[in-house]
Amino acid sequence: MKNVMKKVLTPHLVSYAVVILFCLLSLQLQAGPRSAPREPIVFENPQVEDDYLELSEELRCLVCQNQNLIDSNAELADDLRREVARMLKQGKTKEQVKDFMVERYGDFVLYNPPVKPQTWLLWGGPFVLMFWGLFAMLKKIKAGKTENNDDSSALSEQEKEKLQAILKNK
Amino acid sequence: MQAKPHTLMRIIILLKLLNIRDRVQSLMKKQFMTPLIIFGLLVVLLVVGLMKAQYVRDVPSPLIGKPVPQFSLPTVEDQQQVFSSEELKGQVSLVNIWASWCVSCRAEHEILNHAAKIGVKIYGINYKDELSDARRWLQMRGNPYVKSAHDLKGRIGIDWGVYGVPETFVIDKKGMIRYKHTGPVYINDLNNKILPMIKELEAEQ
Repeated sequence: MKNVMKKVLTPHLVSYAVVILFCLLSLQLQAGPRSAPREPIVFENPQVEDDYLELSEELRCLVCQNQNLIDSNAELADDLRREVARMLKQGKTKEQVKDFMVERYGDFVLYNPPVKPQTWLLWGGPFVLMFWGLFAMLKKIKAGKTENNDDSSALSEQEKEKLQAILKNK
Repeated sequence: MQAKPHTLMRIIILLKLLNIRDRVQSLMKKQFMTPLIIFGLLVVLLVVGLMKAQYVRDVPSPLIGKPVPQFSLPTVEDQQQVFSSEELKGQVSLVNIWASWCVSCRAEHEILNHAAKIGVKIYGINYKDELSDARRWLQMRGNPYVKSAHDLKGRIGIDWGVYGVPETFVIDKKGMIRYKHTGPVYINDLNNKILPMIKELEAEQ
């Protein structure tokens, strides 16, 4: 019996077990409000459902910040989805729902940042860089062309004489 | 391994063919340095951004400078009693969003107790919590709150722009939100930011 235990409880296995135990413990510590699974959100009007889906993709979940409301499993995302659905069913427009969210969570809640002085660099920067690159490229090409046109690479008188001499000797 | 003489020769010839010296020299020319420097700056910018993103998850609150969102909820201590946003007017106070399931709330609770002891008025909003859990929490760890609103569904939390408990707001005499602290309040935050701010706001008319 002892031998069997020794065989089963190799150091490797023990360390794996410890690691797994810690993982489980940390899962336990993952805090979140306790709540029962929720009812699915049901729509009667397909137009409202489309609006809902569109909005849930445009709005960011603030808990897992690189996910939108549709993707996120966070409790807050679920609350916000329900809030969006509730407002749309009440007849609010998409813009009104967006404004509601921005009033509370700021522009950060929008995946598409609005165009305003603070974000001009964000929206305009890439175009500025692109035009700058184009301009630099055109300038370079032009410079290259004029270089080919001037006669700096052509043979000078001296060189021509030298060439003739070589050809004659042949 | 020792290189045989002819191998060395080959390498030297190859280097000559590749014109390494000239290339290095031309790289040092200004026209090549400029993009390199721009690239370097860009790398620095992105690295700084990445480093920052790892520990700053703070979303700037649009509520700062605005009146507190209106609410009226039963309190945790007594469900017959009501805590309404009107009560936040006429004094400088803190509003702390907390929950018994929130681990970092544990970290800051002692600090809140300390703040309450030195006379800071702290109001609580208990966020998505069972009443019994919330009460046990206050019994076990002390109650620094004047009163706590019981926001079972988290609907008021949305109005306050709550996205990660604990969150702490500084409210001025007019009932305006003046500052928001996301995450647990540590003693440094209290002493260096929140207490001086309360002092300043109390001097306001």
